[in-house]
Amino acid sequence: MADNPRYIFEYIDETYEVIEKVEDKIRSFITLRSKEDVLRDAKKVYSKLIEGKAGRLAGVLIAIKDNISTKGLRTTCASKILEDYIPPYDATVITKIKMEDAIIIGKTNMDEFAMGSTTENSAFFPTRNPWDPNRVPGGSSGGSATAVAALESLTALGSDTGGSIRAPAAFTGCVGLKPTYGLVSRYGLIAYASSMDQIGPITRTVMDSALILDIISGLDPHDATSLEKRFPKPLTYYAEKGYRGDVEFSIVVLEEMVGEGVESAVRSSFMRTIRKLEANGINVEWTSRPIIKYALPTYYIIAMAEASSNLARYDGLRYGLHESVEGRSWYEVFAKVRSRGFGKEVKRRILLGTYVLSAGYYQAYYVRASKVRRLIRDTLNLLLRKYDFIASPTMPVLPPRLGERIVDPLKLYAIDINTVLANLAGLPAISIPSDVVDGLPVGFQLIGNELREDELISASAFIESIINLAPLVPPMVRSYV
Amino acid sequence: MSRELNVKIGLEIHVQITSLKTKLFCSCSADYRGKPPNTNVCPVCLGLPGSLPVLNMKAVKEALKVALALNSAISPVLIFTRKHYFYPDLPKNYQISQYDGIGSAPIAKGGFIKIYINGNEKIIRIRRINIEEDPGRIVYPFGSITKSPYTMIDYNRSGIALLEIVTEPDIGSPKEARLFVQKLASILEHLGVTNPKLEGAIRVDANVSVGDHERVEIKNIGSLRDLEKALAYEIARQSAIIKSGGKVLRETRHWDKTRNATVPARLKEFEEDYRYFPDPDLPALRISRSLIEEVKSQLPELPDQRIKRFIREYGLSEYLASVLVIESKALADLFEESVRVCGNPKLIASMLVNEMLRWIDEADLDLHEGMKRFNSVRICKVVKALNEGVISIKLLKEYIKQIILKDIDPDELIKKGLTVVVDKELIEKVVDEVFREFRSAVMDALRNPKAVNFLVGQVMRKTRGRADPKLVNEIIRRRLKELEGTR
Repeated sequence: MADNPRYIFEYIDETYEVIEKVEDKIRSFITLRSKEDVLRDAKKVYSKLIEGKAGRLAGVLIAIKDNISTKGLRTTCASKILEDYIPPYDATVITKIKMEDAIIIGKTNMDEFAMGSTTENSAFFPTRNPWDPNRVPGGSSGGSATAVAALESLTALGSDTGGSIRAPAAFTGCVGLKPTYGLVSRYGLIAYASSMDQIGPITRTVMDSALILDIISGLDPHDATSLEKRFPKPLTYYAEKGYRGDVEFSIVVLEEMVGEGVESAVRSSFMRTIRKLEANGINVEWTSRPIIKYALPTYYIIAMAEASSNLARYDGLRYGLHESVEGRSWYEVFAKVRSRGFGKEVKRRILLGTYVLSAGYYQAYYVRASKVRRLIRDTLNLLLRKYDFIASPTMPVLPPRLGERIVDPLKLYAIDINTVLANLAGLPAISIPSDVVDGLPVGFQLIGNELREDELISASAFIESIINLAPLVPPMVRSYV
Repeated sequence: MSRELNVKIGLEIHVQITSLKTKLFCSCSADYRGKPPNTNVCPVCLGLPGSLPVLNMKAVKEALKVALALNSAISPVLIFTRKHYFYPDLPKNYQISQYDGIGSAPIAKGGFIKIYINGNEKIIRIRRINIEEDPGRIVYPFGSITKSPYTMIDYNRSGIALLEIVTEPDIGSPKEARLFVQKLASILEHLGVTNPKLEGAIRVDANVSVGDHERVEIKNIGSLRDLEKALAYEIARQSAIIKSGGKVLRETRHWDKTRNATVPARLKEFEEDYRYFPDPDLPALRISRSLIEEVKSQLPELPDQRIKRFIREYGLSEYLASVLVIESKALADLFEESVRVCGNPKLIASMLVNEMLRWIDEADLDLHEGMKRFNSVRICKVVKALNEGVISIKLLKEYIKQIILKDIDPDELIKKGLTVVVDKELIEKVVDEVFREFRSAVMDALRNPKAVNFLVGQVMRKTRGRADPKLVNEIIRRRLKELEGTR
């Protein structure tokens, strides 16, 4: 781009051509910015490129999950309650990518308030998987993943509370990285479960994820839970290292993560990947940690409890869906706004969360779940002292058909089994495309040590290079590559 | 009477940390008063989606000062808790507070304040101290909730740092409650944590029970005077119910200033469940010994120490010293400032406590307005006039009354001639008059020297207190002697 600044306009033209062609079929965006607006931003970047003052993301189009606040750009959380909400401020990650001259192409579809694993819980419309439009793209950051997979955007930001970056990355053949809790500021991310939410990149390559994460990470004075990054060099350096093969690491597989509930097609694909790694000199060991089977209920208790609290603020008084107050008491208005504004799954989680925090149940559920969470964290950290990474299939299943999982919430929650661990423990985790089975992508997950995204990126780049699937492009847009 | 019925009062006092520059969790100004509605706000204190709280560390230091001054045990770790309830003035529909329960810890527990009641010392125990955020303010455009067809909300106050100080139910009477709050306010003022002069800076809720009956919570108590009235009303109300064999309901009542009564708050259909849980946005904060030591080393002189010093340094009685310090730090400061300029500590202490406060009270004036009128310059003018014999003690009292009530300068009063009459001839004339009018008193005085005072009093009355009492005495005694000689 620096060599040929004019390419930025060509690139935008091409992207809008693709969008024109596929957006109706997959529906990645809740709010797509007009080409004119994007070109206006591009002109500014163009002049910067000419002057040699452009940032590291000059000319990069980025799709933003619709739960990340963008100043002046509608941010709905895929909920009717925020359908017309326009934030008066930018999330810290948005400020950071703008400083590097990225251009936002639009705000992507998601499960309402990030509650779901398929992007079917959007209040507006479901997003479809570009590999097979009858199938879900995963969620909750479904629109961000499909935008990248279907070439509607070069990169995207998603958020991950129990797998919401990694699940759609796996289902659409993208790289998705959930950073260490605290590495990326949550300021401006509309909270679902505050103790687990993290923003991260969804990209086509590990290198792109490294670049985006490098830019959005680091201590933020607006987020008391944010942390200083500790790796001395830019993350792209560690990606290059991995691509060169200049890495050495060990992997452990937990039997609980490839056992019951994992589809056989996924399991055999995972085993093929493991064998490839071993063939490339990676030491893989197997072990078992029974406590893992409590991860899912623990995750859902904590997530729902926090959600019930975080979502209390939506009452229609200061912003969002409004109800006339004429002749009504405030609590009638609140009740009306919340009944009309929240979808079924959101209501379910608020109710369950309220229940587990209630006097008399708090100890039995929330306090106990917090203790199990600590045990899980300790268990994983201990394991990660011995091995560099825990590996698993990202998702236990191939992308389900629309409507297949959503009918039964427990069946839906079950597919988060392998992803929630990293959120409970606050550890970084990545999903790398590892296979295409029956025309559907499969993702390979690595969980790494806290704040060691440098190691995670190196290993991932190495794995990406030995699996060598790229370019991984769904058939519907293959002609554009 | 209330003593016999064993009244138990516990207070919950909300104190704004007015010494801070910014709010508790964002960088909006802490000085919200007098600003146009909803202009002192940001995404954080409006609870906008995605916003996050960041703790103002100065607030923690201020809270530690208070904990140390109240002899409380400081928690080794500070954990904020979300307290959930839906209310329009609460932007997130939960308040970031602290809670004494599993997974949570208030900044300090225990402690006590000593008060002096009828010459006795009494200990009021503190249960706990919390740091929490103030909600916004509901504005009733037509004065009260019942008169206003709609309400407005001003979030300028939202997120202001509060301390919630909760006592054990050790308070036995409305007067003790007032003394307690006064003492607490004086401690806070001495610490420099709170300026009690600011409207709404100190707000009190009370829990009252009589005998073993249910307790009743009273909210919305606006001032110290209201506190005493509301408690007295509530004790009488509950006692009457008990005496007539009724049952006191456990409820929340509001103090209605205009009706001088407590009235039931809207009955809740359900018991409030606040669903406390640790706020995941605010990591637990270790309170290190070194931080506590740092705060301790910077503690200023506290009221109890100051009272002792006043007794030692100025020779004041315990009573005068306590009133000066407890009534308000500003009063104690006024005392010391005046003494520094014109000495006479005992006289000045007595002038302030016995005269100034009395007239401020009678005129229903704000203490600070009273102190503006009777400032150190005027105090020293009055002291000088007394010492130079321009006025008598009796006139001095009259001066203070007029200064407080009419905001008049002592120089004016002197100019007006409100001074001691030292004119011998004039006094002789008045004495003549008195001797003519009160013959029998004169006869009494001849037999009983104590009866002389009556005659002196009459002369003072006729001169409207202005005659120099020493001179009057001399003249009357001389005249009596002369009379004796003629008999």
